[in-house]
Amino acid sequence: MNASSAVSKTVGGPPGRAPVYALVGNPNCGKSTLFNALTGLKQKVGNYPGVTVEKKVGTAYSQHGQPMPVIDLPGAYSLAARSPDEAVTRDMLLGRRLDTAAPDRILCIVDASNLERNLYLVHQILDLGRPVIVVLNMMDLAAKAGVRIKVERLEKELGIPVIPCEAAHGRGLIELKLAMSRPDLPLPRHRWDIPSPIAPAVSELQASLLENDRKAPLSARAEALLLLTDQDSVRVAGSTPLSSRTTDILQSWKVRWEGQGVDWAATLVASRYDAIARLCADVLERGTPEQEGASLSDRIDGVVTHPVWGWLVLGGLMGALFLSIFTLAEYPMTWIDDHIAQAADAVKAAMPPGDLRDLITDGAIAGVGGVLIFLPQILILFFFIGLLESTGYMARAAFIMDRLMSRVGLNGKSFIPLLSSYACAIPGIMATRTIEDAKDRLVTILVAPLMSCSARLPVYLLMIAALVPGDTIPVGTKVGLMLLMYALGTSAAFGFAWLFKRTLLKGEPPLMIMELPPYRLPRVRDVILQMVERGGLFLRRAGTLILGISIVLWFLSTYPKAPEGATAQAQMAHSFAGQAGQLIEPVIRPLGFDWQIGIGLIASFAAREVFVSTMGVVFNAQSDADDTAPLRQALASARWPDGAPLFTPLVCLTLMIFYVFAMQCVSTIAVVRRETNSWRWPLFQLAYMTGTAWVVCFAVASIGRLLGY
Amino acid sequence: MSGPISLSKLALGQQAVLRSFPPAGAAFLRLREMGLLPGTRLILVRQAPLGDPLEIEVRGYRLSLRRAEAECILVDPDSPS
Ligand SMILES: Nc1nc2c(ncn2[C@@H]2O[C@H](COP(=O)(O)OP(=O)(O)OP(=O)(O)O)[C@@H](O)[C@H]2O)c(=O)[nH]1
Ligand SMILES: [Mg+2]
Repeated sequence: MNASSAVSKTVGGPPGRAPVYALVGNPNCGKSTLFNALTGLKQKVGNYPGVTVEKKVGTAYSQHGQPMPVIDLPGAYSLAARSPDEAVTRDMLLGRRLDTAAPDRILCIVDASNLERNLYLVHQILDLGRPVIVVLNMMDLAAKAGVRIKVERLEKELGIPVIPCEAAHGRGLIELKLAMSRPDLPLPRHRWDIPSPIAPAVSELQASLLENDRKAPLSARAEALLLLTDQDSVRVAGSTPLSSRTTDILQSWKVRWEGQGVDWAATLVASRYDAIARLCADVLERGTPEQEGASLSDRIDGVVTHPVWGWLVLGGLMGALFLSIFTLAEYPMTWIDDHIAQAADAVKAAMPPGDLRDLITDGAIAGVGGVLIFLPQILILFFFIGLLESTGYMARAAFIMDRLMSRVGLNGKSFIPLLSSYACAIPGIMATRTIEDAKDRLVTILVAPLMSCSARLPVYLLMIAALVPGDTIPVGTKVGLMLLMYALGTSAAFGFAWLFKRTLLKGEPPLMIMELPPYRLPRVRDVILQMVERGGLFLRRAGTLILGISIVLWFLSTYPKAPEGATAQAQMAHSFAGQAGQLIEPVIRPLGFDWQIGIGLIASFAAREVFVSTMGVVFNAQSDADDTAPLRQALASARWPDGAPLFTPLVCLTLMIFYVFAMQCVSTIAVVRRETNSWRWPLFQLAYMTGTAWVVCFAVASIGRLLGY
Repeated sequence: MSGPISLSKLALGQQAVLRSFPPAGAAFLRLREMGLLPGTRLILVRQAPLGDPLEIEVRGYRLSLRRAEAECILVDPDSPS
């Protein structure tokens, strides 16, 4: 028997290619951990529901080296999706997505320590009529809780392979891969009697879906069942709306049931849980948990959600984060700074003076170097956020913040995207997919970029350093200033959320149904991987986007050449970049900024940290000396034409405030465009954020000048 | 104890059996799908520092929901033994 005939025997799999597997399960049951273990990829893992919000494709290899495509999906409690992330999973499984076909086989991941609820989704998946492998993950936790699962019995009852495993510890993977590479998988033996008042409706809908909506025979029954519980199905049934015939059938049944007092959705759910209860009675043995009394998780929660300690913990964590950004990062930063300067000097010594040498030192090295030295801070920030995410604290933060969030009309679930936006608004905006209500989600997207992201760190840090020349500012003041910027951005986010919920996007106060997972010891590997991944992204940006912009900027600031003998500043003013800066100077002059800062503002529209590299290019190009001075000294010696210092403390502060508010990030605009499906919201966001930035900066600059700064 | 009370009226740490939901509402359907059905045992574990939301334990896992929803859910509290 040759390989291709073996493959063509695959049930539900297409002949001639390996079957595609989809990983499906409740949120936080370990799908991404398993996906990483199977494929060697580095999907983000965290201990709260809703980490994964988009599909991700990878390849696992069987014991014989056969490639098997695997798709990681967002977690879902039910196929009756209630939020955009669950809809991704539903649409994928039902083949409603235009970009990817439905998977051939399904890996159903189940949290063994929480079997009953997890089996609800499994029960729905079995309706799909595709080959399924059930993976009992977190067997270690089940054992700790005193739960024993009779695996063979479960296998026999369902008629499909059931594989116990511990994804986080790599146990059970070989058995799983063996099952996955089986050429033929049995179809589930799914004995489930649809409750009698509903069964005829399901058959009728199924027939109509087949005939009038051209649904695949495999999924028509599941689609029919879904129509009865998924409020959304009718509205967003993929690309094509339901045929009027099917809608009519559905409607007439609903009218009939209402007359008879049948709550069809509740009946369906209850009957599934009845089937699950019967199954669990057979396969579950509850012993005594390993430890008696309050669990460790509970004791931690006693502190973390305590009316007093809870807030202290939250505040303490934030304080510790910013303190470590300043203190721990000091040494690696000086080291990087010195090496960048040495590199620039080495190039200067090795090459004859000329435009090419200047391009390398003043364009590439000054630009990229200026951003690169903030790598340690970025790493610390991501390490911290990774710790919060992988312990389970995120869900608690959402829990204790919910009340405050509800004051502005949002809910605790919006807190997680907002908190992730401290790292970067893009994953933050993606994370809003877990929010059920469309308006709440939009409001959260609109305000998320106000949370100070890591790309602002370089700007803040540079400005704080430039505030007072030399190293005379105590750490406390630096941390205080920094916290002030974060507080400013955060309160603005909440304020605008309140405003938007009141005016543009009025809606009901949203619900807050959220699972609180038990605390877990963070897997160091996950946290470090995440940190390295983000650090790598930062470096890649420095090496591509920032390098590119720095070089372009160097050209724009070198040409056209001023007449022979002009000063460096006159050359800058004469150049394209200088002309652009002068063009916007009238607009930013009231804020206390000159055209040179204007160049930075324009260039950093692409990404905020470009401001720092631009200042590197603009001001280092002007220092004629052969030594590369640290940027902050160059800034300190920058002058207005009348000789007054340019970067006064007031200007530094105003600049920081500008970056708190202004929407200076092309990638965010692109993501908002994609997530909201229109240009309207990103443009609105750009306008309101940059408008606010100007107004607040103008107020600060005016008041500051009045006070004599 | 006598008669069903609303879930939000339970004392912290008190066990109860769910009696009934309001008939309609998408939120309550999701709670059903997450295993809160008439007859299910639950414990009110704690409340958030500001009094809202609540945390309950049901079928071995922890769930948070707002008081506003909890008020619509009727439960039969266990009589304190
Ligand atoms: N104790 C234990 N923990 C595990 C196991 N597998 C995963 N975890 C942990 O469970 C948590 C959730 O893992 P993820 O892989 O992010 O879960 P997910 O299913 O992808 O979650 P969503 O993307 O939010 O749906 C992480 O903290 C993992 O470290 C396991 O077998 N045992
Ligand atoms: Mg995941």
